[in-house]
Amino acid sequence: MLAIIDYGAGNIGSVQRACAETGIQSVITANIDAIKSADRIIFPGVGAAPSAMENLNRTGLGVALKQAFAAGIPILGICIGAQVVLDRSEEGNTICLGLIPGTTVRFKMQDKSLKIPHIGWNNVQVMQSHPVLEGIGKEDEFYFVHSYYPQPAKKENVYAVSDYGGDFCCAVGYKNLFAVQFHPEKSGRFGLQMLQRFAKWNGKAQSISGNRGK
Amino acid sequence: MLSKRLIVCLDVREGKLAKSIKFVDTKDIGDPVAKARQYYEDGADELVFYDINASRANRDITLKFVEAVAAQIFIPFSVGGGIRSIEDASKLRLAGAEKVNVNSAAVKRKELISEISGAIGAQSTILSMDVKKTTRTKEIPSGYEIVINDGTVMTGLDAIEWAKTGEKLGAGELVVNSIDADGTKDGYELTLTRMIADSVGIPVIASGGAGKPEHLYEAFATGHADAALVASIVHYGEYTCRQLKDYLHSRGIKVRTRF
Repeated sequence: MLAIIDYGAGNIGSVQRACAETGIQSVITANIDAIKSADRIIFPGVGAAPSAMENLNRTGLGVALKQAFAAGIPILGICIGAQVVLDRSEEGNTICLGLIPGTTVRFKMQDKSLKIPHIGWNNVQVMQSHPVLEGIGKEDEFYFVHSYYPQPAKKENVYAVSDYGGDFCCAVGYKNLFAVQFHPEKSGRFGLQMLQRFAKWNGKAQSISGNRGK
Repeated sequence: MLSKRLIVCLDVREGKLAKSIKFVDTKDIGDPVAKARQYYEDGADELVFYDINASRANRDITLKFVEAVAAQIFIPFSVGGGIRSIEDASKLRLAGAEKVNVNSAAVKRKELISEISGAIGAQSTILSMDVKKTTRTKEIPSGYEIVINDGTVMTGLDAIEWAKTGEKLGAGELVVNSIDADGTKDGYELTLTRMIADSVGIPVIASGGAGKPEHLYEAFATGHADAALVASIVHYGEYTCRQLKDYLHSRGIKVRTRF
């Protein structure tokens, strides 16, 4: 069963409904045993890193997620779920889960006409092939809503970038963890297809160095 | 690069489409969920539902309706009308609305914006403002005044000041609806839209007056809007969302054309 982690972070029903639309059965749960025994996990979230981490620490779900990662269960992080998997976030200077080396940083715009939050549809440029990103074309757009983004310390963890006043990382990955800054559950057909690919993913990154872009 | 957004607005009443909207396809009459699905498939970037006549009595109907929409469309949508508390906003979010719109209630008690923003996040808090052109005075230096209760009550608030206040209090987006332009089909109020878009650091959605594709182009190119709201131009079957987007694309506006 696919477990969607419920840690009080916003509109997780939409993730479950998007899964259902593509025929993926899922359960929304805050039960630690259910998460550790899941076939795969979606780690969603909207809101702020400090409150997300506070909830994860208080409930023990943060530890459960780390154990699930160590056990090799495929995990898909979404939005805040892509930010708090790094070491630290600039948002409230928050210590995060540390599954991928790096820091979540805030947009710093030179061009004042670019508004923050970055809200709306934007293209995703694939930097390294990954089973979850397979088939995404240059013209395909995904829905974003955020003021911070993950900035991995190592390039090998950056799987896709998007352009908003310059390129920023919008997909990170390491082993059986993959996480996107945009919302596949709100990104129409292309987002639903991504959820389907995640539902079939075996958790192997298959990162082929030198295979950049599509 | 970020795309400019096309947002389709639907007026609902007790979970049904308001009578003012006519339909080509009769089977859709009264069913906003089917209509929402149609716009979703036609490439709308976002939908907004205004629950006109929202009252305590029909709140549960609205929540059921929001749940039904959320199961059918996989793009963001917001709900407005009658939101007066954190509880109202949170329930709509749980039912599946990505964002909520506050309007008159925020003018009457501006803390509502910060309360809702604090509870569900700035990215989910939209301040909708109805604006009327007026004479420039010391109180209204921009010459644009905020009106409430469907444009019937002048508030003495300057539109630019209110927009800045809304941003400061935690609104993540602004809908700028011109009461003068609304329903005219003569185009958006570009001066107003641009004034506000240039005074705030959050996205601005132009609203009121769209009658042809050129108007959307102007809202982006001249009005500096981040998104444009449309209603009758698509409800009456004059244009599809795809046609509007193809037009904008041909004029060099970056829009989402693959869906």
